[in-house]
Amino acid sequence: MVLHIDSLVHRYPNGMTALAGVSLTVKAGERVAVVGPNGAGKSTLARHLIGIARPTSGRVEVNGRDAAGLGIADLARSVGFVFQNPDAQLHAATVAKEVGFGPRNLGFPADRRTALTEWALRVTGLTGEADSHPRHLSFGGRKRVALASVLAMDTPIIVLDEPTTGQDHRSVTLLEELLRGLHSQGKTIIAITHDTDFCAENFDRVVVLAEGRVQWDGPVEHWLEGAVDPPVSAFEQPQITRLGQRLGWPTPVVTVDGFLDRLTDHASSAD
Amino acid sequence: MIEFRDFSLTYPTGSRPALQKIDFIVPRGQICAVVGADGAGKSTLAGVISGVVPHMTGGETTGWARIGSRMLAETPASELVGEVALVMQNPFNQLSGARFSLREEIAFGLENLGVDRAEMVRRVEQVMADLRLTALADLSPYEMSGGQQQLLAIGSALVMRPAVMVLDEPTSQLDAVGAGVVFDALETLRTQGVTVILFEHRMERPARCVDRVLVLDEGRIAADGQPDDVLTDPRLADWGVAPLRYTTAARQAVERGLWEADRPLPVTLEAAAEGFDAALKGARTAGGL
Ligand SMILES: Nc1ncnc2c1ncn2[C@@H]1O[C@H](COP(=O)(O)OP(=O)(O)OP(=O)(O)O)[C@@H](O)[C@H]1O
Ligand SMILES: Nc1ncnc2c1ncn2[C@@H]1O[C@H](COP(=O)(O)OP(=O)(O)OP(=O)(O)O)[C@@H](O)[C@H]1O
Ligand SMILES: [Mg+2]
Ligand SMILES: [Mg+2]
Repeated sequence: MVLHIDSLVHRYPNGMTALAGVSLTVKAGERVAVVGPNGAGKSTLARHLIGIARPTSGRVEVNGRDAAGLGIADLARSVGFVFQNPDAQLHAATVAKEVGFGPRNLGFPADRRTALTEWALRVTGLTGEADSHPRHLSFGGRKRVALASVLAMDTPIIVLDEPTTGQDHRSVTLLEELLRGLHSQGKTIIAITHDTDFCAENFDRVVVLAEGRVQWDGPVEHWLEGAVDPPVSAFEQPQITRLGQRLGWPTPVVTVDGFLDRLTDHASSAD
Repeated sequence: MIEFRDFSLTYPTGSRPALQKIDFIVPRGQICAVVGADGAGKSTLAGVISGVVPHMTGGETTGWARIGSRMLAETPASELVGEVALVMQNPFNQLSGARFSLREEIAFGLENLGVDRAEMVRRVEQVMADLRLTALADLSPYEMSGGQQQLLAIGSALVMRPAVMVLDEPTSQLDAVGAGVVFDALETLRTQGVTVILFEHRMERPARCVDRVLVLDEGRIAADGQPDDVLTDPRLADWGVAPLRYTTAARQAVERGLWEADRPLPVTLEAAAEGFDAALKGARTAGGL
């Protein structure tokens, strides 16, 4: 159990209750998508995992230890967090320095630092931009720098806030490959996303957050079958799932390959 | 009308031009989508149309660009207020920093224009209602979620009633409801004759509501045409744009004989469902013979 959140309440100083008693357990190696409407409390929840928000009440445990007793620097060894807004995260004068900052700060030896930095730049398609100023990159580029700087810290838990925003086709494909690689290494991956296609194709478990509470939690297939009222998650089903529904197919399809197989079955079955 | 002629732009630190020999005309009232890879030059083009680039970023230009009779190279953003409105890709960077509540933030541009107070209040309340922001009116813009800030940025632009609306990935952080509200607002802009330039990565919603799609590739215009043609172009993925799942499914179904070869590839759910229905009926008839 790498994450255990119990009755977490977060009230902002202005009185807004963003989390109204969230309980959630995540096991090592899980791939969890957190979905839900704008203002549901998703980013607030993520901020608790790295200690930049602290509970009004309730408890957050990371790797079996109460996060309340851990500083931000301690938590940074366990949880990497890619912010929704990359510009909130970028400070260095070059992309390479930005990505190298985390492993240096964590005190990794030089050879491990170099290896991690090079790897993180490569898997995010940034090797050619190592000497560029992060602020001179496009939005999509800046978002990838933010991702690379978290990857370079080699944390067992990675939390991504809206990782596909501003990403082109190639970058989304790279990201999906990367997530598969991280999963096979046993990392725990949590992504907050409004991108249904991305969610359906890359995650096993879906947590629906709305109005500061977990409204639903279960396998991605059940969610796609309509276990949750779409208005609750303010979510549209994936393109290919909706197409299957339009054709009157009773069970949902998720991928284009799955769709084509089903189509072939329907075409050959006697009507 | 927006017109670009042989327009190139190189940033002070750029090794190659961010825009290269751009030529296009957008007539008044057209809704035009611009797509392309990360770094293709979309936000740069959005900035040029709204007077931000190169005036606030620096950069050398050649060729020319104009909105109506105003040459953009000579017109900074401040002189385009009221005429052109920009919704930036990162809504956080758009907050004025000068206002305490969402309501005041939306009113900010109108105040600067000196719009009559009663008129201002009416317009602000209307925009907040249209975007379903009324419940958040008294919150600080800095105490809002990412999606709420993005809607606020859109509200700040809509309230200006500009002749040209430039939207840089305006729904990237919105839930399905919020994105629906924004695309409804686009339909309203269409009826009002507003020219809209929409920069996007995800084409499912725009595919049904834009008149035209321009593709930028490394600063050049690689394609320009109707959504049905450009979005089904086999080079789309190479340009960094994800083909719609419907289009991909139909393209692959052609090989299995499950999409009629002479039927255009679909870019909407309706067209896809119609095509696959027809293909399944055809297959069953053939099988039954
Ligand atoms: N700094 C803050 N101060 C006060 N209230 C805040 C602050 N940040 C967020 N909120 C409020 O808390 C609630 C949850 O915000 P949060 O950013 O966690 O939502 P979210 O689910 O991430 O939404 P989105 O999908 O739009 O990013 C919202 O109602 C928001 O207005
Ligand atoms: N202020 C700047 N100074 C220097 N170079 C810049 C600046 N802004 C953008 N660039 C460069 O110009 C090119 C085009 O960037 P732009 O932001 O227009 O791309 P984009 O198509 O909007 O990408 P994205 O899809 O990631 O938002 C990129 O190579 C980028 O690094
Ligand atoms: Mg958020
Ligand atoms: Mg951009």
